[in-house]
Amino acid sequence: MDGAAFGVSLKLAIMTSLLLLPLGLWLGRHLAQMRSRWRALPEALVALPLVMPPTVLGFYLMLSFSREAPFGAAWQSLTGGSLNFTFSGILLASLVVNLPFAVQPIQRAFEALPAHLREAAWCSGLSTWQTLWRIELPLVRPGLISAFALTFAHTLGEFGVILMVGGAIDGETRTLAISIYDHVQAFDETAASTMSAMLLAVSFVTIGIVYGLAGRHRWQGRG
Amino acid sequence: MSASLEVSLHQDLPIPLAAEFQCAPGELLALVGPSGSGKTTLLRSIAGLYFPAQGSVRCAGEVWYDSASGIRLTPQRRRVGLVFQDYALFPHLNALGNIATALGHVPKSERRERARTWLARVRLEGLEHRYPRQLSGGQRQRVALARALARDPRVLLLDEPFSAVDQVTRRRLQMELAVLRERLNIPIVLVTHDLDEASALADRICVLHAGRSLQQGAPHDVFRHPASPDVARLLDRTNVFTGRVVHGPEGPRLAWGDWLLEVHHGLEGVAEGSEVTWYLPESDIVLQRSGSTSRGLRENLVEARVEQQIVLGGFSTLTLSFAHETQTMRFDITTHAARRNGLEPGSQVRISLLAAGIHIMDVSPPSSSAVNEEPPCP
Repeated sequence: MDGAAFGVSLKLAIMTSLLLLPLGLWLGRHLAQMRSRWRALPEALVALPLVMPPTVLGFYLMLSFSREAPFGAAWQSLTGGSLNFTFSGILLASLVVNLPFAVQPIQRAFEALPAHLREAAWCSGLSTWQTLWRIELPLVRPGLISAFALTFAHTLGEFGVILMVGGAIDGETRTLAISIYDHVQAFDETAASTMSAMLLAVSFVTIGIVYGLAGRHRWQGRG
Repeated sequence: MSASLEVSLHQDLPIPLAAEFQCAPGELLALVGPSGSGKTTLLRSIAGLYFPAQGSVRCAGEVWYDSASGIRLTPQRRRVGLVFQDYALFPHLNALGNIATALGHVPKSERRERARTWLARVRLEGLEHRYPRQLSGGQRQRVALARALARDPRVLLLDEPFSAVDQVTRRRLQMELAVLRERLNIPIVLVTHDLDEASALADRICVLHAGRSLQQGAPHDVFRHPASPDVARLLDRTNVFTGRVVHGPEGPRLAWGDWLLEVHHGLEGVAEGSEVTWYLPESDIVLQRSGSTSRGLRENLVEARVEQQIVLGGFSTLTLSFAHETQTMRFDITTHAARRNGLEPGSQVRISLLAAGIHIMDVSPPSSSAVNEEPPCP
């Protein structure tokens, strides 16, 4: 068992999930309410990481993170550090890769809200913030939990993009999935199977949570 | 300071609107019209959920919306109570929580007690902790009404509030609203496409078509005196015909086929030969018993042929045709009376068209050829 890799993976998964939750909430709500015919464009951009080969996405992120690229240069002037082969780099890459896992469940949850609920809240005197906090958020909670769980599990198992952007620096960018690959390459199947079993269990529990919440939501019905 | 609601809204696109109406405190105004006539859009404009291009909404002396001066109050600042067609209850809150949500203007410590009082007023004591999914359609409607009133609104807006419940519940809820409104001294605007509902509940109705307010008045007046053939059609008034004005020794008469009909009001000052569109309420058609002439005597006695008889329980709807007219006439009589008079499709009947009921709508000036025509015999 690679404790350092487990630590990096756990830190990466927690930070990605926490950072993407507010972003997914804002973007998912916005997309659910969008009535423009151009809605397909941001939706396609959000979904792009789902269909792009991880190595291709990783390659483009690596290029944009380099000091020669405008984004990489701007990051360096702001923070003094670089993005490629650092934890910050794999965190940023992880945020991009996991965007659809955070946005889509939340967007679907907002779309499933009864049509006049928000307006009923306004007419009852609730401000926009109070409406979000007291009416909308409790009702989209299953979507938020799904988004968090999917992002967490997917980040824990992410391989291609992380390898392209971060390489495999021990304690910095070497995640559990990369460690499994390295152990298999080194014919250490015992360690690889322990870590694989752990990732399998995490994935199973995550999917269980998602489907469990979906089933509960169906049972509750609508008011 | 007037506590009335005054609405004047206009726009061409995307939803055409040309509506003006007022509603006094304690008055119930029904906006009636077919689907797509702009009823709900007007209601949403009053609530601040929609802002038409031009116009104004004033209530209780406050300007809620004025396109000219750029005033656009949010729904939160308007103090409206709105009952949505689907009730829009908050599914994660129980009945008490739904009502308490609208009590933001009350100190927090008093909200639960006040919410209980409102539940009691709509006769839902004991159901405080039920969630919307655990309530029947009628109970949900009552919670929605209590939530709207708990806001202490300056106007109560009801968007087809009885459309989602069964007939029996609807009747009961309508009666409850009729009782409740006696204690409300605020304008109430009801949107409905149910003419019977509008007639039963409203003090005044406003007939809408394609976003335009066509006629306003007391239901009885509007139903008896539709302003135009369009209004008559929208109100399902079918007995609309055209005739010509003839001036005789007894004053102006309405020439309709071979008959010269006496009309109490509407022909004064109308030029000879003018073409008029007229309407007769079903209640002003009197069937003369075969072989005798009863009430109505010889008042506007005409002959017709029974085209169709539809029996609906105790009442039968008769459709009559006339030799000179493509348009048919329809009225209801008791099924018993229809049987007693031996009415059946194909039989000839004599009916009186009561002069007081004939309502003149459109008047077209006479064409030169019409004036020279020979008048029909009385």
